[in-house]
Amino acid sequence: MPRRTRLRKVVAPPEFKGYKPYGTYKNSKEYVELLYEEYEAIKLSDYDLMNHKEASELMGISRPTFARIYESARRKIAKAFVETKEIRTVFGNTQMDDSWFICNACQARFTIPKTLKQNICPMCSSDQIESLNNQK
Amino acid sequence: MSKTVITSLGNELTSQFDKRFGRAEWFCVFDSETKGSSFIKNDFADSNQGAGTKAAELMVELKADKIISGDFGPKAKELLEKLNIQMVVIQDSTSIQNIVERISI
Ligand SMILES: [Zn+2]
Repeated sequence: MPRRTRLRKVVAPPEFKGYKPYGTYKNSKEYVELLYEEYEAIKLSDYDLMNHKEASELMGISRPTFARIYESARRKIAKAFVETKEIRTVFGNTQMDDSWFICNACQARFTIPKTLKQNICPMCSSDQIESLNNQK
Repeated sequence: MSKTVITSLGNELTSQFDKRFGRAEWFCVFDSETKGSSFIKNDFADSNQGAGTKAAELMVELKADKIISGDFGPKAKELLEKLNIQMVVIQDSTSIQNIVERISI
């Protein structure tokens, strides 16, 4: 039986599609694919400074799984740096935290608490809002 | 009645928007009804741990309905979500005045 890949909870997707090296003569077409959950693992560990236990609980995965994703993320970034490769972020096995929305008019990202009745952007009152959950 | 908290680098409307939540220097509390604003110093900005949690607790004391910042840490996010306080993330480098004008239209 194939192993089931559990969905990992990602709080918010990265705000970029990728990173490109510059100042290099090597014009490589190759790239490294960084999964959203790998981005999240790096963010939680090295930006939010959480320990593996807290981070794995937040992502709804076991500690060994978190450690594996984190290790994979670091190796990919190291590979991209050393081999001057582009980094592209791809969706992977993620499940977005379903409470976040983005406004297509002003790019603000926000939550809508249950107690709030209106579904408009809190910054510009636009109704052109979209759930981050549906972004692929 | 609606109170919005905006993270700020200083204690005036001309101050720059602070993109950190737990470690923000100041919190600007804007009342959409009276159009008045006040500034509260974040005493936990320099604490080693738990700044996000402490700041989230302060939001309850301030009776905030909405918070505008550049990023919320995972713990603050979890708490604020439970407390039904709306979180708004913007990446603009701008003044508090500018944000207040945008939301009070
Ligand atoms: Zn908007």
